[in-house]
Amino acid sequence: MKIYLDHNATTPLHPQVLAAMTPFLIERFGNASSLHAWGREAKAALERARMTMARALGTSDKDTMVFTAGGTEADNLALAGVATAQAGRGRHIIISAVEHHAVLNTATHLARMGFEVTRLGVDSDGMLDPDDVRRAIRSDTILVSLMHGNNETGVLFPISPIGRICRERGITFHTDAVQSFGKLPLDVEAMQVDLLSLSAHKIHGPKGIGALYIRRGTKMQPILHGGLQERSRRAGTENVAGAIGLAAATELALGDQESAAKRMTDLRDRLEQGVMASVPGVLRNGHPTERLPHATNLAFTGLEAESLILALDLAGVGVSSGAACSSGSLEPSHVLLAMGLPRDRVMSSARFSLGRMSTREEIDRVLEILPPIVERLRRVNAGLSPALGAR
Amino acid sequence: MTPVPDGKSGVVVAMSGGVDSAVAAALLVQQGIPAVGITLRIWPSPRRADDCGRFDSCCSPAAVEDARGVAESLGIPFYVLNYEEEFDREVIQYFMDAYVAGETPNPCVPCNSRLKFGSLYARAKGWGATQVATGHYARVEYDAARGRYRLRRAVDLRKDQSYFLYNLTQEQLAAARFPVGHLSKEETRRLAGEFGLAVAEKPDSQEICFVSGDYRRYLRERLGVAIRPGFIKDTDGTVRGRHQGLAFYTVGQRRGLGIANPKALYVVDLDPETNEVIVGEHQDLWTREVEVDRVSLIAVERLSAPTRVLAKIRYAQVPAAATMIPLANDRVRLLFDEPQRAVAPGQAAVFYDADDPDLVTGGGSIRRPCNLSDRGNRLFQRSA
Repeated sequence: MKIYLDHNATTPLHPQVLAAMTPFLIERFGNASSLHAWGREAKAALERARMTMARALGTSDKDTMVFTAGGTEADNLALAGVATAQAGRGRHIIISAVEHHAVLNTATHLARMGFEVTRLGVDSDGMLDPDDVRRAIRSDTILVSLMHGNNETGVLFPISPIGRICRERGITFHTDAVQSFGKLPLDVEAMQVDLLSLSAHKIHGPKGIGALYIRRGTKMQPILHGGLQERSRRAGTENVAGAIGLAAATELALGDQESAAKRMTDLRDRLEQGVMASVPGVLRNGHPTERLPHATNLAFTGLEAESLILALDLAGVGVSSGAACSSGSLEPSHVLLAMGLPRDRVMSSARFSLGRMSTREEIDRVLEILPPIVERLRRVNAGLSPALGAR
Repeated sequence: MTPVPDGKSGVVVAMSGGVDSAVAAALLVQQGIPAVGITLRIWPSPRRADDCGRFDSCCSPAAVEDARGVAESLGIPFYVLNYEEEFDREVIQYFMDAYVAGETPNPCVPCNSRLKFGSLYARAKGWGATQVATGHYARVEYDAARGRYRLRRAVDLRKDQSYFLYNLTQEQLAAARFPVGHLSKEETRRLAGEFGLAVAEKPDSQEICFVSGDYRRYLRERLGVAIRPGFIKDTDGTVRGRHQGLAFYTVGQRRGLGIANPKALYVVDLDPETNEVIVGEHQDLWTREVEVDRVSLIAVERLSAPTRVLAKIRYAQVPAAATMIPLANDRVRLLFDEPQRAVAPGQAAVFYDADDPDLVTGGGSIRRPCNLSDRGNRLFQRSA
């Protein structure tokens, strides 16, 4: 039995989503910008998908939704699009140290282009204090970008209070909601956000499609230049089948959101409690309650997470840790390091993220497989001192 | 691999992306042994394309992709492990320390004993594997009479790499597997072709895998202020010039000294205490006596009496006949029958059985001779 517990990385495409997409890959293949019947048919479907997405975020204004090639592009568009358009007002951008690399590295890129970036720290639970945002805001601040659910720890930032602060100061506020979208009810009015990134493949949709919510009146410029698609905000032939897939996955996720979240939380807690009961020296990373329903980040003291992930993979269980570098090896998690956790705890931490299809049998099987593996790795790790082996 | 399905214990294959380790992995798979491919990432990992000033594929080294492709075609799991810090600590640090001390290092030796058959082997045990395989040209066998694992030179002596494996412990040798050790390089390439491996035609790698081009430039970049210029003296103690730092010189070196002399001058010694490079004429390079420390013995547990051996004082050398005299503190003295040229402290001295020259009996690290006051006498010394 193969058990996939890395749904924060990606999820399988749901058959219903594929069924919704398939006609738009084959017979209804039109270019949504064409004026003939084929184009009109694609365009109509695209706009229906757009409306689904708008409603999913608590608005009926579908023109606030721009389809992108995924969460990373949505984040890039939010940061670079605002920075370019509002550079005349100021050059200061606020993010946090635990953002996804799509935000972190876009901000770093903007810093090289002459913008100034403040990276707010988090406490040892991975939580951010809205007052820190208030204090960091300057007269030349043009953008605050803070994620909703953290991809590594699952910690949820208090988006609404931060949104209120930004709104009072007239500063554009972006949130990366890639991990929370579909798992928690999101409402752009309640959250008081101007920009919100989301992605399809985290919720059983296809890879290569995402969206950015852009509140009307937000001063933005496109980052992809070309045709006038997406109301001139994102050039390139529309990914109609992708957008249909995103909308279908969204409907699937919202259809039973509450019960699915409850089910995943129960299983997640069963996993957490089971691991902690059967394996000594396990610590949970991140806030105990303010977190996503389906994920947990655990430190297994006295072993290397890299070895644990590898051993679990060989035993048919997929989990992850930190961020993979280009060659595929692991780097220490910048999120856990930013929480001030000791380096050895960071290097021994692994992320387990469940999906709506995860079962109790799978969790119980993991609880059988895991303890002996941890025990063996700890035994070996004790011998992994620098003195090992003769020079 | 964790629950070993058919009773066969698993093997971790250290895959460099080259043809030898690829064939090693293929041979294990062919024998039905559960194998897992591992590449140790030893170079820094740029976080972004602009960190390396180029927009092409520099951030995903081709070697990893080659190894990954081989593992994929063999249908075995493959992982890249981040060995950047460990490699720096265990290999590069040793490499630089040696040069600063006026020694000539063999970085492959600690890479094998401390990384591949050290920490990688330890990790492999954690994954449920019992052995580590590499693409080294060497052989391991079990000597039932003595109850010891033994190391043998490869069948293909032109490719033999047992020199770099002399200090593996008994436990490490028991865990080591060299599937290509009984093949010639040509056979390995032919097999790679037959297995349909994409790396079959890949050229052999260079000597020092972490230095591209001039190692002196690498040392200058890494060592900085640790490199101190000093005097070049001849064997009589006369100052003959200035040097740029001991790290840039090796015993036996002739070029780049910048000294006019009727006869060719060679580096005959590097003195880390006085920071002097000592030069001499050709005959000053030759010695019969070599002291070796940190000796690791393979074929026997301890030495008690002088033994006739064959020995190498550098990788590219035919083993020469010598008498090995055991000293205290894991040291031995080698008295070669014929004088040896340019014995460089820090290099590995490796011993082979006098009657069975394929058998590696042990080795150690060449010491700088402690008494150099009378250089004339040191040369052509009589055996004790």
